[in-house]
Amino acid sequence: MEIKVIRKVLDVNNTMAEQNRKMFTEKEVFVLNVMSSPGSGKTTTLEKTLSYIIPEIKSAVIVGDICTSNDANRLATTGVSVVQINTDEFGGDCHLAAHVVEKAACNLDLDAIDLLIVENVGNLVCPAEFDIGEDAKIVVLSVTEGEDKPVKYPLMFRVCDAAILNKIDLLPYLDYNREEVLNNIRQVHPEMPVFELSAKTGDGFTPWIEWLKSRVKRKI
Amino acid sequence: MHEMGIAKQIIEIATSSIPGGMEDIPVERVNLKVGKLSSVVPDSLRFCFEILSINTPLSGADLNIEVVPILARCNECKFEWTINEPIFMCKNCKSGSIEIISGRELDITSIELENK
Ligand SMILES: Nc1nc2c(ncn2[C@@H]2O[C@H](COP(=O)(O)OP(=O)(O)O)[C@@H](O)[C@H]2O)c(=O)[nH]1
Ligand SMILES: [Mg+2]
Ligand SMILES: [Zn+2]
Repeated sequence: MEIKVIRKVLDVNNTMAEQNRKMFTEKEVFVLNVMSSPGSGKTTTLEKTLSYIIPEIKSAVIVGDICTSNDANRLATTGVSVVQINTDEFGGDCHLAAHVVEKAACNLDLDAIDLLIVENVGNLVCPAEFDIGEDAKIVVLSVTEGEDKPVKYPLMFRVCDAAILNKIDLLPYLDYNREEVLNNIRQVHPEMPVFELSAKTGDGFTPWIEWLKSRVKRKI
Repeated sequence: MHEMGIAKQIIEIATSSIPGGMEDIPVERVNLKVGKLSSVVPDSLRFCFEILSINTPLSGADLNIEVVPILARCNECKFEWTINEPIFMCKNCKSGSIEIISGRELDITSIELENK
């Protein structure tokens, strides 16, 4: 006997994400979900980004990590509020789920901020599937990861609204084909802006900061 | 990687879909639709489901996965095609403004109980 069900497997997460989105909209907070593989420079990029946008854009950060608080400590030195989530407590998940973000957001004064940045767990697969109630998703790819990542992880590059190509200061030392990676990104998501920058030197940050600021200001 | 969590959700949804009074009838099959663009690897999902369903009403049930191809439609020329490689540009006019019509599914469509 067949019983029709017709339910999205991620229903619970999607519903929670919609609730988050409503809450963030009521509080006029723009939420940015930052994803990448481990080590491509999310934390470094965010440290630099915060140094350019505060105090103009009042910000806070939620950091997801499997079990340390190193990133939270690094980001706290920028002077913004940082909430660390160790996904270990939630079963060592490879992504931040919407209810986890909700719980972390409860520890922040949402009335006092315009921008909430969520540094997701380092992984190019799972976070792409889980909506957290964000306004924009970005992916950070570094030039040390090879040119083929966008075509190997197309879902990630499809769902994002912008991509950052990080560590361009290393280009002189690598046999990296910059045109090839840009081409691969363009094939997967032709309309997505790509910001080539170095979180170490600050090179190339201006267009990225402008994009971010304009997205935040459009909402608040 | 997150197939464990997904398998857990499937078991929860499927278990709660068994009609009242039929809890003792073994579930033979759970039918799923998984888009080719979703992040789920069918084999690992089946493996996780097998392990997690032990001692649940779904123990021994077959996880039947229908893989849904990636279908796209061009916003410019309305051309529709199936995406088989990671190239998301209109096959007809090369536009980058396209809509993904299917391929991101991760849906339970039905459960099948043993006929007595
Ligand atoms: N040369 C160089 N190194 C970088 C850059 N951005 C990050 N790194 C280094 O890459 C490593 C990983 O960076 P981190 O921000 O922790 O990456 P995350 O895991 O994505 O948060 C650290 O050693 C950083 O110092 C960059 O633009 N250039
Ligand atoms: Mg980090
Ligand atoms: Zn077209």
